[in-house]
Amino acid sequence: MNVALRPFVARKDGAILIAGERAVCDQRGVLHFPDFGLLVVSDLHLEKGSSLARRGVLLPPYDTAATLTRLQAIIADYNPQMVISLGDSFHDGEGSARLPDPFRDRLCAMMAGRDWFWVAGNHDPDAPAGLPGETVRELAIGGLVFRHEPSAVPVAGEIAGHLHPCARIVQRGRSVRRRCFASDGDRVVMPAFGSYTGSLNVLDRAYAGLFRREAFIAYMLGASRIFAINGSMLRPG
Amino acid sequence: MNTLTRSQMQHEAAALLPARFVKWFTERGWSPRPHQLELLSRAQGGASVLLIAPTGAGKTLAGFLPTLTDLEHRPKRKPGEARRGIHTLYISPLKALAVDIERNLTKPVSEIGLPVTMETRTGDTPGHKRQRQKLVPPDILMTTPEQLALLIAASDAQRFFEDLRYVVLDELHSLVTSKRGHLLSLGLARLRRYVPSLQAIGLSATVAEPDELRRWLVGQNPPGDMADLITVAGGAKPEITILDSEEHVPWSGHSARYATPEIYEAVKRHKTTLLFVNTRSQAELLFQELWRVNDDSLPIALHHGSLDVAQRRRVEKAMETNSLRAIVATSTLDLGIDWGDVDLVVHVGAPKGASRLAQRIGRSNHRMDEPSRAILIPANRFEVLECRAALDANYLGAQDTPPLVDGGLDVLSQHVLGCACGAPFYSDDLFEEVRSAAPYASLDRATFDRVVEFVATGGYSLKSYERYARIRRTKDGAWRVSNPRVAQQYRLNVGTIIEVPALNVRYVKAGSKGSASRGGPVLGKIEEAFLETLTHGDTFMFAGKVLRFEGIRENECFVSNAAGADAKVPYYGGGKFPLSTYLAEQVRAMLADPSRWKNLPNQVADWLRIQAEKSVLPRRQDLLIETFPRGERHYMVAYPFEGRLAHQTLGMLLTRRLERAGARPLGFVATDYAMAIWSLGDMGQMFRRGRPSLGQLFDEDMLGDDLEAWLADSWLLKRTFRNCALISGLIEKRHPGQEKSGRQVTVSADLIYDVLRSHEPDHILLQATRADAATGLLDVRRLAEMLSRIRSRIVHKDLERISPLAVPIMLEVGKMPVHGEAGDSLLSEAADLVEEAMG
Repeated sequence: MNVALRPFVARKDGAILIAGERAVCDQRGVLHFPDFGLLVVSDLHLEKGSSLARRGVLLPPYDTAATLTRLQAIIADYNPQMVISLGDSFHDGEGSARLPDPFRDRLCAMMAGRDWFWVAGNHDPDAPAGLPGETVRELAIGGLVFRHEPSAVPVAGEIAGHLHPCARIVQRGRSVRRRCFASDGDRVVMPAFGSYTGSLNVLDRAYAGLFRREAFIAYMLGASRIFAINGSMLRPG
Repeated sequence: MNTLTRSQMQHEAAALLPARFVKWFTERGWSPRPHQLELLSRAQGGASVLLIAPTGAGKTLAGFLPTLTDLEHRPKRKPGEARRGIHTLYISPLKALAVDIERNLTKPVSEIGLPVTMETRTGDTPGHKRQRQKLVPPDILMTTPEQLALLIAASDAQRFFEDLRYVVLDELHSLVTSKRGHLLSLGLARLRRYVPSLQAIGLSATVAEPDELRRWLVGQNPPGDMADLITVAGGAKPEITILDSEEHVPWSGHSARYATPEIYEAVKRHKTTLLFVNTRSQAELLFQELWRVNDDSLPIALHHGSLDVAQRRRVEKAMETNSLRAIVATSTLDLGIDWGDVDLVVHVGAPKGASRLAQRIGRSNHRMDEPSRAILIPANRFEVLECRAALDANYLGAQDTPPLVDGGLDVLSQHVLGCACGAPFYSDDLFEEVRSAAPYASLDRATFDRVVEFVATGGYSLKSYERYARIRRTKDGAWRVSNPRVAQQYRLNVGTIIEVPALNVRYVKAGSKGSASRGGPVLGKIEEAFLETLTHGDTFMFAGKVLRFEGIRENECFVSNAAGADAKVPYYGGGKFPLSTYLAEQVRAMLADPSRWKNLPNQVADWLRIQAEKSVLPRRQDLLIETFPRGERHYMVAYPFEGRLAHQTLGMLLTRRLERAGARPLGFVATDYAMAIWSLGDMGQMFRRGRPSLGQLFDEDMLGDDLEAWLADSWLLKRTFRNCALISGLIEKRHPGQEKSGRQVTVSADLIYDVLRSHEPDHILLQATRADAATGLLDVRRLAEMLSRIRSRIVHKDLERISPLAVPIMLEVGKMPVHGEAGDSLLSEAADLVEEAMG
C-alpha cells in the first residue's frame, strides 16, 4: 500500500484523524477531541449487575461503582467542556431509576460545570430518570455526527458505539484479544466502557459493510497505550 | 488371604446364598470367592462396606450380591399393592460404565432367574424414559453423580428414594478425588437423611489411605465413623519391563518417536496390545507413527475423549470382539471397563504415578490369577528414571493416590440450591447433614451460613439484591426457592464438570469455506483455544488423520484432508498429570544412590556418571541448584522434582524476587523435574556473594506477599475463579431459552473477577478460588512442602558450562511458550510489524 495515500496517520499515542478532525483514542476506552474540548464514552451499561440480578444471576453489585470510578479518573484528566455518552448508558430502561443515591450523586458531580449529552441507545431509548444532561437521538459537531448505532452504509465522520468491538491477533502461537476502536479513517465504532460489557470481534458479520476494508485499523486497548493493528493481522473469534 | 478350604467355602456359601445362587455357581464349575461371601455377610449384618480389590477379582458381582439375594427373598408384589421404590442405586463416574454394568449384570440375573428389574439413567436417557422411571422405578437404578444431584433437586425426591436399601459406588477411588466426589458425598448425606438405615458399598482399586474412603462411605456422626473394610490382595505379580532401546534415548521431548519400530515389533508378537499415553496429542502422534511403519496393515485403532462418540463406540465394539491388534488410548480407557483379550499393555511416556501405572497394567489379562505383561517406553532420559522408580514401586505395592482435600464451597453452594429446589430446608438441619459428609466434616457454621447467604443473594456486603433473592427464609424459618424459574435454571446447570469450550470438527471438501450443505461427517471435538491459534491452511493431526484447517463457522470447525508431514499437533488443555510426590521421592532416591544405576540402561547410567564428574548429584533430601553462563545469558537450573505445576509457580515467584535483586531475569521454563531461569545478570556470582543468598531466595516467605501479588493478576487464578463461578451458580453454563449467546451479551468471568477482587476481596467465592488454586493449577501446597524440606539443604554449583543434567530442560527453553502477562508485548510486536512494513 502506498503510504502517501493513507487518509490518516496513526501514532503510538492513539492520535488519529476522523473525517479530518483530530482525535485521541485513549487506552482506557474513551475518545477525546482536543479541538472541541469533547470527551466521548460509549456503552456504559450502568446497573447491568442489578439488571441481571432481576432474573436470578447475582453478579457482584459493584459494576456501576467500578465503571464510575474509571470514568471519574478520565474526566479529571481531561477536564472536558463537553461529554457525550454514546448510548446504552444504562443497561435497561429502569436502570436510571434503580441507580443508588450515592452513585447518582457521584454522576451529578462529574456532570457539573460541563455540557453533558445522553445519546439514546437501544437499551435506554428514553431520557434517564432524575439526572441532568440533555437526551438526544444524535448530535452533530463540526464534520462529525454522534449516534448510538452505526449506519449500515458508509458515513464519513460518524462516531458510534453499540457493537462493542474487540479484535484478536495471534503472535508466537499465542492469542491476544482486546477491546478496540474500529476505524477506517472515515468513521469510528467505539469500544464498550462498562465493567460488565462483553465484546464482539470486528471480523464478525455484524460489521459487514461498515468500513473500507483496505483502510481498516483496530486500535486495541493495551495496559498503558493503544496498539494500532492493521486489519490484515486480525483473526476472527 | 484364602484360608478357607473349598468345602468350608461351599458350606459357608450355602449358609449365606439362596439355593438358586449356589446352583448357578455350581453349574458353571465356579464357587463364590471369599471376599464376595464376606461382603455379603457383612452387608446382611447391616454394615456399610468398602471392598478394595484389583481388576478381575469379581468386584461388580460382589457389590451386587447383597442386593440380589435381598431381592430374591422379597415376596412378589400383589396386584393393587403400592408401587415399590428403588431398592439399589448404583453410581459410577462414567456413563459408559453404568451401561456396561447393566449389560454384565443382566446375564447372571436372568440365568439365576431373579425377578429383578434394572435400568440406567444418564444424560443420554430420553425424557419419556425418565418420566416412566419416576412412575415405575426399577429395582436397581444405574446412574452418575450428576443424575443423583438432579434426582435430589426434584420435589418428589423423598418419596422416590423411600425404599432405598443400598447404594453401590463403583470406582470410588477415582470419584472421591474430584469435585464430583464432593457433590456425590453431599448427595449421599441427603440419601441417608431420607433413609437412615441406608448402607453404602464402595468398590475401589488399591489406594494409599483406605481409611479416608471408609469414612467417606458413612455418615460422620460420630466423626471418624468408618465402613467395614475388605481387602483382596493383588493377583499374580505383573511382568513389567522397561524398553531397553537399541536407539539413542532422547534428552527431552514426549513423543517417544525413537521407539516406534520396537513398539511395532511388540504389537506383532502379541494378540492384542493396549498402548497407553498421557495426553491426547501424544495419542494422535503415536497412532500416526505406528501406521507409518505398519507394513503388515495390522488393525490398529485410536481412542480418546475428543473423538466422536460413534467413532469411539465402533472401536470399543471391535475391541470386545477381538478384531483389533492394538489400540492407542488415553485415560478414557483407564477405568474398569472390560476389554477383550488384551495380553500386553505398552505405556508410552512416564506413568507420572505408581498407582496410575498399576491401574493401567491391570488392563492386561483381565483375570486375577494370570500375570499381566507390560512394557514401559520412556520418552526421554528423565522418564527412564521415572519409569524405573514406578516399576520398583509397583513391585513393592506402593501407592500414591493423592490425599483427599476438603470439600469445595462452590460445590456446597450448588448442593444447597439443589436441596432448596427439592424441598424447603432449615439451616440447622442442613448444616448437620452436610457435616455428616466426610469432605465437609470440618466445615464451620459461620462458613456454612455464608454459603447459604451466597446462594440467596450472592452474599455481598452491599445488600442490594435482597429483593432478587433466589431462596428466601419464610416465617417458619425454612428456606424456600423464591420462584419456580430458579429450579428450572438449577437443573440446566447442575454438575461440576466444566467443559473447555470446544468446536465440532467437520470434514468438507478442500478449499470450500464450508457451506453447510456440503458438510461431511463430524470427527470429534477440539478445544477452541487450540483452534484460535490456527490460520487457514494450517495442518494438524486429529482422529488419526492429518487435516487442513479451512475455517470456523458458528460452532463448527471445517477441515479437509491434507497429506502434509509437518502437521501441528492438537494442543489440549487437560490430560497432563504432574509427577506424583511419591514418585518424585523415588526418583531423587535413585539419583542419589549409584548402586541402583545398574538397573538403568547404559546410556542413562553414563549420563548420571558424567553429571557426578562435571557437577554433582544431589542427595535424597537436597535441592541442587546449578548456575552457568551460555551465550549472552546466565542460567540457573533447579532440580526439585516436584512436578510441572509446582515448578511453574516457583518459576513465577523466583523471577519476581530476582527482578528485585537486580538480576534482570528474562524468562523461565518448567518441566516435571526441573525449572530454569535465564537472566542478563550473573546469578552465580550473586549467590556466591550472598546477594541474595540461595537460602534467602528460596525462603518460604515467598508464599506470602509475593504469591499474593502475583496471584492477583494471574490467568491461572482467573481460570480457577471461572470454574468456581460456574459450579457455584454465580454464572450460568446454560440459561433457559438462551442456549447460544454471543460474547457481546455474556459477562465474562474475568470481568467479574476483577470487579469482585477490587471491591470485596474476602468474598466466599474468592476464598473458594484460592483454596482450589492451592491444590490445583498452582500446586502451592506441594511447593510449600518442598521449600520447608530443602531449608538449609540447598547445594549450589557455580559452573563454567552447562551440566549433563541440565541438557533436557535447556532444550525446552524457547520451545514452550510461557503463559503469563505478556499480552501487551505481543500486541506491540504485531503493531510494529505493520509499522515496519508500512513506514
